[in-house]
Order: sequence, then C-alpha cells, then structure tokens
Amino acid sequence: MNRAFAFRAIGLAALVALAALPWMADNYVVRVATTMLMYCALALSWNFIGGFTGYPSFATAAFFGLGAYVGGVLQNMGLFLGLAWLAAGLVVVVFAAVTGRAILHLKGHYFAIASLVIADVLREIINGLTSITGGGMGLNLTAPAMGVEAQSRLFYFSMAVVAAVALATTVWLDRSRLGFGLRCIEQNEDAAIRIGVGTARLKTIAFALSSVFVGIVGAIYASWTVYIDPSEAFDILISVKPIVMTLLGGAGSVLGPIYGAFLFLLLEETVWRNFLHVHSGVLGLLVVLLILFMPRGLLGAGSRLRVATWLRPERAAKRRAGS
Amino acid sequence: MLYLQILINGVLLGGLYSCIAVGFSLVWGVLNIINLLHGSLMILGAYAAFFAHAAWGIHPFLFAPVAGLLLFLVGLALQAGIVNRVMGAPVLITLTLTFGLNLMLDNAMIVAFKADYRKVILDPPLGLLELGNLLVPLDRLYVMALALLLVAGLYAVLRFTSVGRAIVAVRMDRDAAALMGVEVKRIYALTFAAGAFMAGAAGSLMSVIFPISPLTSNAFLGKAFVICVLGGLGSTPGVMIGGILLGVLESFGTLWLGPDFSTTIAFVLLLALLVFRPSGLMGRKGFE
Repeated sequence: MNRAFAFRAIGLAALVALAALPWMADNYVVRVATTMLMYCALALSWNFIGGFTGYPSFATAAFFGLGAYVGGVLQNMGLFLGLAWLAAGLVVVVFAAVTGRAILHLKGHYFAIASLVIADVLREIINGLTSITGGGMGLNLTAPAMGVEAQSRLFYFSMAVVAAVALATTVWLDRSRLGFGLRCIEQNEDAAIRIGVGTARLKTIAFALSSVFVGIVGAIYASWTVYIDPSEAFDILISVKPIVMTLLGGAGSVLGPIYGAFLFLLLEETVWRNFLHVHSGVLGLLVVLLILFMPRGLLGAGSRLRVATWLRPERAAKRRAGS
Repeated sequence: MLYLQILINGVLLGGLYSCIAVGFSLVWGVLNIINLLHGSLMILGAYAAFFAHAAWGIHPFLFAPVAGLLLFLVGLALQAGIVNRVMGAPVLITLTLTFGLNLMLDNAMIVAFKADYRKVILDPPLGLLELGNLLVPLDRLYVMALALLLVAGLYAVLRFTSVGRAIVAVRMDRDAAALMGVEVKRIYALTFAAGAFMAGAAGSLMSVIFPISPLTSNAFLGKAFVICVLGGLGSTPGVMIGGILLGVLESFGTLWLGPDFSTTIAFVLLLALLVFRPSGLMGRKGFE
C-alpha cells in the first residue's frame, strides 16, 4: 500500500464522516463542526491573497461583515435564503475588486493598514445607517421555518459546500497559470513585472477571490446566529484568526489552511474555553509562540520546531550561513 | 468665534496626539515594524500614573518621566527578548507577532485593572483661562505644552547625542551603520524602548484629561497610524504637524457631524491618503 493510496483512503473516510456527521452526532458537535467548516472557508480564502500572493491582507473582517449585513438585510426583505447568500457574495466580490484596485498598489505595512481600516470604515457606516441596519442595536433575522435539527443540518451543509468550493478553487489555482503568476508576485514582484506578469490585474483577482467565499460565509453566519451587530460582524479577530490558522498549517500550500483551521478549532474548544477570563490572552500567546517557533507552519519547508534556535540564535545563524 | 474656540480645542488635543505618535513613528521608521502594542503601552503608563497619584499623591505631570522610564524597561525587555528575533521577517510575521503580544498585554490589563473607566481627579482642579470669549482649559494647555516638550526632547536626543545619531544611521542604512561599528540589535532595542518611553510618558499626561481603560488603547493606536500617514514617516516635525492637524480635524468633525463620527473621519482620511499620497503630506525619505 503506497502513501498516495493511504492518503486518498483517509481523505475519503473523512468525507464520509463529514457527510454522516449531522445524523450521528449531537447538536454541540454539529455546531462545532459547522464552525470548523466556516474557519476552513475563511482560512482558504485568506490563503489566496496572503499565502499565494504574499500580501498581508487584514480585510477578512470587512468582507465577512459586509456579507453578513447584505445577506441579513436581503433575507429580511423576504429574499429566498440561498439567493440572499449568493447576492451577498456578489456584492462583496464587487466591493473587493473596487477597493483592491485602489489599495493593491501599496506595499508592506501600508497595504496591511489600508486593508485593516476598510473594516473600521464599513463598521462606522453600518453603525450610521440605523434605518436599514439597526445601527448599534444590531439586526435581528428570522430563522427559516423548519425544525431545529433541519436548521442545523442546513447550515452545516451550506458551510460545507462553501468550504468545498473554496478548496476546489485552491486546488485549481495551485496548478493554474494564474496561481503561477501569483506565486511569482509573492517571490519578487519587480521580477514578475519584468517577465511580463500583469501584476495589477492578478493581484486584484486574488483579492477578489479572497473575498467572495468570506462574503457568503458571513451571510450564512448571519442567518445561522439570527442576530448580528456591527462590532461583532467587523471584529478584527475575524481578520486575524484565518491568518493564524493559515500560518499554523503553512501559508501558500493547498491543505495547510485546512489543517490549520482544524488545529485552531481544536485548541479553541479544548484549551481556552476553560480560561474565559484570559481567552484573548491565551490566543495571543499561541500567536507569539507560533511566530517565534514555527513561522512556516506544519507544512512549510524546514518547519522543525525552532526551540534550539531560540536558545542559541548565534549558533543557529552560523550553521545556516555555513550550510 | 465658535470656530476659533474649536480650533483651540483641536490644537490642545493635537499636542498630546503628537507625543503619542512620535514614538510609534520612530519604531516604524527605524525597525520597520508596526508596533501594535503602542496604544496598550500608553495605557499602561496611564495606569502607572493613576496608581502613583492614588497611592502617594504624585502629580501625573511630575510622574511622566518615571512612567516613561518604567515603560522604557518594558520596551527594552520586549525588544531584546522577543521582537529582535523576527527582525527582517516579512510584514505579516512582525505585524502578527505584535498583535499577539498586544492581545496578551490587553488581556492582562483587563484582568489586573478591570475594564471600567478611571480618571485622575486633580485636587484642586487647574481651572480655566479666559481670553475674552475664548476658554482654554488649563489642564489641557499644560498637557499640550509638556507633550510638545517631550517631543522636542526626543528630537534633541536623535539630533545631538551619539546614540541618537546611531539610531538615525540605522534608519538610513542598516548595513552601512553596522559596517561603521553600530551594534544594530542594541540600537533596535534602544529604539523600541525609546518608543515605549514616549508612550508611557504620554499615557501619564493623558491620565489627567481622558478616562483610562484597557478598552481605549486601540483608539489611540488608530490615531497614531493616521498621524504617521498624515505627517509622513521619519520626520519628527512631520509627526508634530500631523498630530495637531488630526486634533483640529477631529474637533471640527465633532462639531459638524457629531461625536460618533470623529474617528470615522480620521479613518476615511487615512484611506484616502493611502490611496492617493502614501508618502504622507510632507513625507520624505527622512532623517533628522
């Protein structure tokens, strides 16, 4: 039995388990699994711009919140659930393409800040549009008219579909000309321009790709939790968590974001659920340890734990220079 | 007359803003790191001043250098122990690292000090200066003066001391500075510590005029961002002008659009500047 076969067998088993899960497990497990699929979609999305292209985007919260509000408002206007979600994705992808055009010429810190600020501006605008969005009071949504079990299955499979499409897009991108171009940008943008990569167009496409699934997920999330408010929907942690997950798994790889999302959720549910008062502090600690000891993630090249490097940085540097 | 009063309010606020932003700008310029801890370091300084005032009755104005020194040590430890290990890494890495550190510090402060708002109440209060119809609150006036004094002090250190020249040299060209015998890692640590000093001192001054809570740290961090982009990186006078400009803009924004939108203006302005003039209004590849 070779490794590829074993790998496929495990993948298939995981798929079957995922499909059967809503009928086998209790509500808590289904809810956690739904969250995991959501995290997968978010991490895979960030990977398009942050992993493949190497642009430090903090715009995930902006896409998520915008999608949640567009979907929520449309749903309250009586639009069919699935259509409201798709419409949210459409609005968000157009928004991302336009803002992407404007800010993707920025580099490094400037791009990071610009992408971070988009969420703040959107939050304030939505806060101000009280008549449509309910402002700071939040927006209440009507739950779909079906049983509780059916509802949880609906949201579970909806998230699963989005995550699956995001994964399929990643697999495709990994082998496509577009993905190759993005990797060129990641390695050296000036050189990419020299060899004729249309960087402006490619970056905009990557940014738009990183937004569409997030927008849809945001809308599904809004329908799922039946209530959203601006400070929650545009929370900066929504931008940061996918980055942590992707880094955890290995940025720029195909399956890394999924491993990362799984591991992150595992930590979230087992570790810091038990430390409510220091929840964000423990998350911070995880981030710091991750950056210091495992900056390339589980799948990244040379991802051995760098404890030795931490203890003796000079020696490690010498070894690197020598080899 | 009203506009003149609003202008005065804005300028008074702007002095403190400059002092907050100048350390942030220094760290960004020299280390090429966006220090997301800056707002929280400032709040930590404000708490130090609050407790010093509550326990021993030390005036926050006098305490400012002490708070600065305390934070200087914190900054030194952070840079030498942690941040120095990721110098030269991509933006994503350094930014995420300081974000994680900031989460930890914020959480620690909420556990230690609770999230409710506190304020230093001066006894007796400093009162108001009346110039015809114009009112100048004296506490804010002193805060502005002291804040600008601190900024001038930092400028002088960068300009006239050998450590300052070394910091500027590292900012201009790290490799060349290293070849000239500057210990770059040491300079990094000192620069980060100097930024923390400015944050701590600014926090101590702030405790007199603003309520203190760990929850407000990000608002001040946001202001520091805006000022750096307004004034352009790498020039102390630019940061001073950027700070005062932001103070004035916020005051007029509050007048015209209501207090809810004063921060929104700052952020919209930031986005517009980033899109159209990323080097700032008076940015240059600068050094003192």
